Amino acid sequence: MTRAVVRQHMPSTPEREPNVDMTAHLASLALPSPVLTASGCSGFGRELDGFFDVTRIGAIVTKSVMWSPRSGRATPRMAETPSGMLNSIGLQGPGVKAFVEKDLAWLMERGARAVVSIAGGSVDEYVRVTKFLRDVKGISALEVNISCPNVESRGQVFACDPRAASEVISAVRRAADPAIPVFAKLSPDVTDIVAIADSVVRAGADGLSVINTLLGMVIDTDRMRPALGGITGGLSGPAIRPVAVRCVWQIRQALPEVPILGMGGIRTGLDALQFILAGANAVSVGTSVFNDPSAPIRVHRELAKALEERGFGSLEEAVSFAHRPEGYEYEGEPEE
Amino acid sequence: MPIQTRGEVLDVKRAGAYHVITLTAGSIPDQARPGQFVAVAIGGGESGLLLRRAFAIHRINSRGVYGGTLEIVVSVHGEGTAWLADRRRHDPIDIVGPLGRSFSIPRDPINCVLVAGGYGSAALAMLVEELHSRGCRVDLVLGAATEEKLFGVLDAKRLASTVTVTTDDGSTGVQGRVTDVLGDVINRAAADVIYACGPMKMLQAVAEVASDHGLMSQCAVEESMACGIGVCMTCVLPVIGDDGATRMVRSCVEGPIFRGDRVRWSDIGTVPVGTYGSTPLAEEAS
Repeated sequence: MTRAVVRQHMPSTPEREPNVDMTAHLASLALPSPVLTASGCSGFGRELDGFFDVTRIGAIVTKSVMWSPRSGRATPRMAETPSGMLNSIGLQGPGVKAFVEKDLAWLMERGARAVVSIAGGSVDEYVRVTKFLRDVKGISALEVNISCPNVESRGQVFACDPRAASEVISAVRRAADPAIPVFAKLSPDVTDIVAIADSVVRAGADGLSVINTLLGMVIDTDRMRPALGGITGGLSGPAIRPVAVRCVWQIRQALPEVPILGMGGIRTGLDALQFILAGANAVSVGTSVFNDPSAPIRVHRELAKALEERGFGSLEEAVSFAHRPEGYEYEGEPEE
Repeated sequence: MPIQTRGEVLDVKRAGAYHVITLTAGSIPDQARPGQFVAVAIGGGESGLLLRRAFAIHRINSRGVYGGTLEIVVSVHGEGTAWLADRRRHDPIDIVGPLGRSFSIPRDPINCVLVAGGYGSAALAMLVEELHSRGCRVDLVLGAATEEKLFGVLDAKRLASTVTVTTDDGSTGVQGRVTDVLGDVINRAAADVIYACGPMKMLQAVAEVASDHGLMSQCAVEESMACGIGVCMTCVLPVIGDDGATRMVRSCVEGPIFRGDRVRWSDIGTVPVGTYGSTPLAEEAS
């Protein structure tokens, strides 16, 4: 069986820009690229700018910022796992004031789009951070990290409880600039992610970031103790990709209209394409940046090529394409 | 500014317990300064080992037949380092560098004592050359558990005024630790400054001896990293800043060279009470 596609006659040299409109429509945003960084994996963008032009990707999603400066956890903070890693950073960060003055200011001056990830230990902290950001010009969107497994005690992970998650999201939505979309970042460590997705959307989320890390653990067999200082940590990288794709798929099926920023182990353009086909409107590249600091721009390039090879004229056409009914015919259909 | 480049393996040779790997590395060798490091990707684009491994830049040759080349020294202790030691000539390798801050080099021709543990000496070779070319006196102390785990002793003898070797088992040199001989070397050399690279415990002991002699020490730390470029926040250690406050500082971008009297060696692996931004214990429950 050959995999010939209709547009295969188009010349395909590596230098040529694929003829695909890569504009990503994510809530009220129109981004020139569907590839963003992932919170916690790209700092505040500055370190990556030497490896690729950070203004050319969809946006930099900044490391979650809290109200006050935060030291994070003790080391070891990281353990390598099969096709992934476990981390327990503990939201080390400068606090929202220093973040705005220094880090966000740099992104704005550089002309990069910024999705600001916010975190908090209480609804009140989320609101204070949001209010502080309300008057800051140039933020593309807020991503509300309600699912970091490192900070709250286990019973308090907001994203694991529909009511707690909704409380945070509705409070942030009310406190934020109405013109700026608010995304809720969901944890996969729940029995029914669709139920959580549904409640945060009802609470006012303009979109969903799917997924955060999975809670995991590694034991150091030499020391015969937990490998991480924080004991448990967040699992990320290609190892979690199938879980992430499944989450995007289930949420897209249940909520056909909700904007989804998909992430979890994206390393290549084809990985990104899986998320797009499953229903993501855009994607974040996270842990792969540690392996390849230019991964976001490479994934953009590979995704554009993959879309063109499959006969898509735009990214938009490919969103949720894997959900099409049986027997649906399209231009790029592989021939038998 | 660090770059990412696709290099090529030119040579892998054994040196005692270690492997010395020579790589082409684009413009990295042209930019590299003593004490800086590179982060190399393990396996190809589909590798299940995602995290880069960091290695001190041992030597550079910026104008070879192959363009810029550099050497790294690898101690095999896991799957990633085994993969590296297994490379053959012409194998591709993805390199990011040069990374981190370099050693500060004195303006005047002063007396420098350099201390290394195990293959920590790999990080000091460029420094020896640089100090020597500036007319500094260089005395070296090299220590390891066994003779096999020493690195660069012969090389050191080329430019150093004296080389003192210690081994834990006495298989060569003085039996004992580097700090058992360091005081004597400092006195004999009339040392003005100490440079060191090696395991944390050794660096801590060297920094203490330096302070006891009223000397400044510059220590290159070996902390495990995921990215090497400053975005993952895993390689932090508690360091006292100019303002007296302790911060959890990234050893990849703010280091790997730190003043020995600024690192809170005994508190590595903890967030010391009073660290900038530390949260009360009650809030830290996981």
